[in-house]
Amino acid sequence: MGKYIIRRLLTAIPTILVISFVIFAILELSPSDPTGQLPLTIPPETREKIREALGANDPFLVKYTKWVVQFFYTEPLNVFESATGITLPGSEDRTRIISWQTRGPVVDIIVERLPQTIWVVGSAYVLGVLIAVPIGVFSAYKQYSWFDQVGTFLMMIGFSVPTFFTGLLFIIIFSVNLKWFPSIYDTTLVVKDIETLQLQLKQIFMPVTVLTLFYTAQISRYTRASTLDNLGQDYIRTARSKGLSERVVITRHAVRNSLIPVVTLIALGIPGIFAGAIITEQIFRVNGIGQYLIIAIQGGDLPTVQTITFIFAVLVVFFNIVADVLYGVLDPRVVYN
Amino acid sequence: MKKMRFLMMMCLVALMAIGSLIPTAVAQDEKVLNILYWQAASTLNTFLGGGTKDQDPSALILEPLAGYDQDGILFPRLAEEIPTVENGGISEDLTQITWTLKEGLVWSDGTPVTSADVVFTGNYCMNPETGCAWANQFAGVTNIEAIDERSITVTFESTTPYPYGPFVSVFSPILQAAQFEGCEGANAQSCTEQNFGPIGTGPFMVEEFRANDVVTFVRNPNYREEGKPYFDRVIWKGGGDAESAARAVLETGEADYAWNLQISPDVLTAMESAGNGQVVVGFAVNVERILVNQTNPDPALGDDRSSYMDGNNPHPFLTDPVVWKAMSMAIDRSLISEQLYGAAGQPTCNIIPAPPIYASPNNDDCLVQDLDGAIAMLDEAGIVDSDGDGVREYNGIPMSILYQTSTNAVRQDTQALVKQWWEQLGLDVELRNIDSAVFFGGDPASPDTYGKFYADVEMFTNGAPGTDPQGYLGNWRSSEISGPDNNWLGNNVPRFYSEEYDALYAQLSETSVIEDRAALAIQMNDLLVQTGAYIPLVHRGSASAHANSLAGVLINPWDNEMWNIADWTRIE
Repeated sequence: MGKYIIRRLLTAIPTILVISFVIFAILELSPSDPTGQLPLTIPPETREKIREALGANDPFLVKYTKWVVQFFYTEPLNVFESATGITLPGSEDRTRIISWQTRGPVVDIIVERLPQTIWVVGSAYVLGVLIAVPIGVFSAYKQYSWFDQVGTFLMMIGFSVPTFFTGLLFIIIFSVNLKWFPSIYDTTLVVKDIETLQLQLKQIFMPVTVLTLFYTAQISRYTRASTLDNLGQDYIRTARSKGLSERVVITRHAVRNSLIPVVTLIALGIPGIFAGAIITEQIFRVNGIGQYLIIAIQGGDLPTVQTITFIFAVLVVFFNIVADVLYGVLDPRVVYN
Repeated sequence: MKKMRFLMMMCLVALMAIGSLIPTAVAQDEKVLNILYWQAASTLNTFLGGGTKDQDPSALILEPLAGYDQDGILFPRLAEEIPTVENGGISEDLTQITWTLKEGLVWSDGTPVTSADVVFTGNYCMNPETGCAWANQFAGVTNIEAIDERSITVTFESTTPYPYGPFVSVFSPILQAAQFEGCEGANAQSCTEQNFGPIGTGPFMVEEFRANDVVTFVRNPNYREEGKPYFDRVIWKGGGDAESAARAVLETGEADYAWNLQISPDVLTAMESAGNGQVVVGFAVNVERILVNQTNPDPALGDDRSSYMDGNNPHPFLTDPVVWKAMSMAIDRSLISEQLYGAAGQPTCNIIPAPPIYASPNNDDCLVQDLDGAIAMLDEAGIVDSDGDGVREYNGIPMSILYQTSTNAVRQDTQALVKQWWEQLGLDVELRNIDSAVFFGGDPASPDTYGKFYADVEMFTNGAPGTDPQGYLGNWRSSEISGPDNNWLGNNVPRFYSEEYDALYAQLSETSVIEDRAALAIQMNDLLVQTGAYIPLVHRGSASAHANSLAGVLINPWDNEMWNIADWTRIE
């Protein structure tokens, strides 16, 4: 198992480098222009100077090498410095990855936005998992009962109805008509006492519910299918005939084995938290990493798009490895050598 | 395990239930203003900014020497008075203008404002490596010099009848030299602290800046006007879309002011009827118009598509006055304006519809749609459908038109209406829309930019920045024709050529009497519209909404919407 992990990690490195090159090439070839969103009254000579000042006119390989060095060497050093407070030599000369829109360091803004993305999308994911697994297991146990039918119906709706519709519906009902929850997310709110915690819970209620519906629908269907598979197996019949109570049969035998594929599915979904739920973030003005990515794409901000997409790619590769390893750990039938 | 999960969920639900029951006591002692711009601010340094979304929040901090009020009249901000030829502020030969700062001006950190700050700002923006977005404000400036502690003289390379470009309006505020020292040229990009928190003379200062998200401002204790501003704190939130921003002001009351509400007029009116807020509209010079390609965009020409080629590549039929006049007559501008723009639009027949002295009265016959007249005109000229396929031919060429614009719901609706009318005329119309980042971008490799104009007609909005149209009118000189030699970045996009126009422009750049300038501007506007380079459609205003409890808002399309935020108060 140890050798397997090391082998996977080593093959991940060239994979990641190739991914970064492909992403950079695609963005480079795309027709977007960082001055495209500027007012038309700015004359073309000025736009050209702006492009030069940003470094947008440098040749492709120069830009790519600069970015690779900045991402893998300069930025980790900066993050280390800000986290520990120790200043390493050469700190002033280090050029950071600069966003073309804000003219500020990209990594700083990503770190600034992590709290709201994790509060909203992260807690929606956790909540989704917590709700989906019992629903899935129970639906499978009482297959074709009224609980199963209603559950299937609700999950189908949660899966098919787009988040921009449910989000809008929630705003109309809860913000406009009932005036219970705010429709604008306050990112400067710091939770330090019970009152601010109340405010925080109020403002994450709607976006979290919208997203939880979506995640629950996906995971519960998968859990149900997996549990159905296992309930039909011989070892369940053996457990029952041994005289074990229904509760023990389900919780100690069926659920554990059904959860193996579900856990790997959940692990594969974790990188999605980082990318943020782009539409939900826009609707509720949560202004997390997903919203930052979409604004950067629309504004032709190459360094930002490159950095965020690449971090996402790294997380996907990493969690793929985690999912595979977990599968090996949880399922004794799977042996890696 | 299941019991634990169930218990945890119940705790969470209980917490939320308790939370919603306990009334939340918010600190009422601070006067807070909530502003919502659905495009968030990326930087607070106007010179590096990306348009109104960055200029307006920075206008709370940074101020220019003079600005325009809601009627487009110049008034002094940091300067003592407006320099003119009469008071000796402008030299007789119109090449120099001298500004004097007010006495006793201080920055928000307490240090005095001096002429050195003004000189520094000018050099900062004129430095080609800075990438200053508003370098055009300093066009023609050869020297900026401090005469004494409070006076600055700006020298132009030639006679400049309208010298109020540098240091006037939101496009050219004054930066603090001490703060921005070392940030000129290539270093501009790395001065993040300065760009995100400039020190200014305005009514507010920055407390916290989160790029593309939210800006928190607090009152400037050193603001020069006693008792102002009213508000202690301004929260400038960004993100989302225009419709939810309107909803936040007009329906839920979560925000006090929302900007640029480009949404369907009936939706906006319905929201306004809730009674929480009102919509205010300001009209500047922005006109949504159709550009008529004077050159031939035929793909068979290869690299010579839409190229002027010294007049040897005219459009096969759009240069014929009968044709474009008929196309213009067939359009019902009032319908487009009422249905698609509502209160934020008015039908227009001019490229320069405002200020009133510059608006030409000679083209208003286009305001009434005359479809029958247009059809008759084409029939009389012999441009008929000879092969019975429903499309007229011009010298044997079927009149087939490609009509392109950016991706935008209102624009697509406009296209559908215009296509309907033109097809009744007997033209074949194909519609196309392109993502705005590509359409308005300057990528010379992309065939879809508005500068390349690989279509017969295209449509978008443009307007003069500020009240004086000289710079704007200069866009249509023959030297500005967009083509391969300037990477299709020339401002003369329809490839309009007129020696008379060039001569009028030369005359305008030497005329200083306002009435004479206005007369020349009207003549130039008429040339553009009456020779078929443009079919103007709608004079567009900007619609914003504010809460009824907010007093003092005077929407100003000439400078910026936050120009008098120091005067805003809350009606108790």
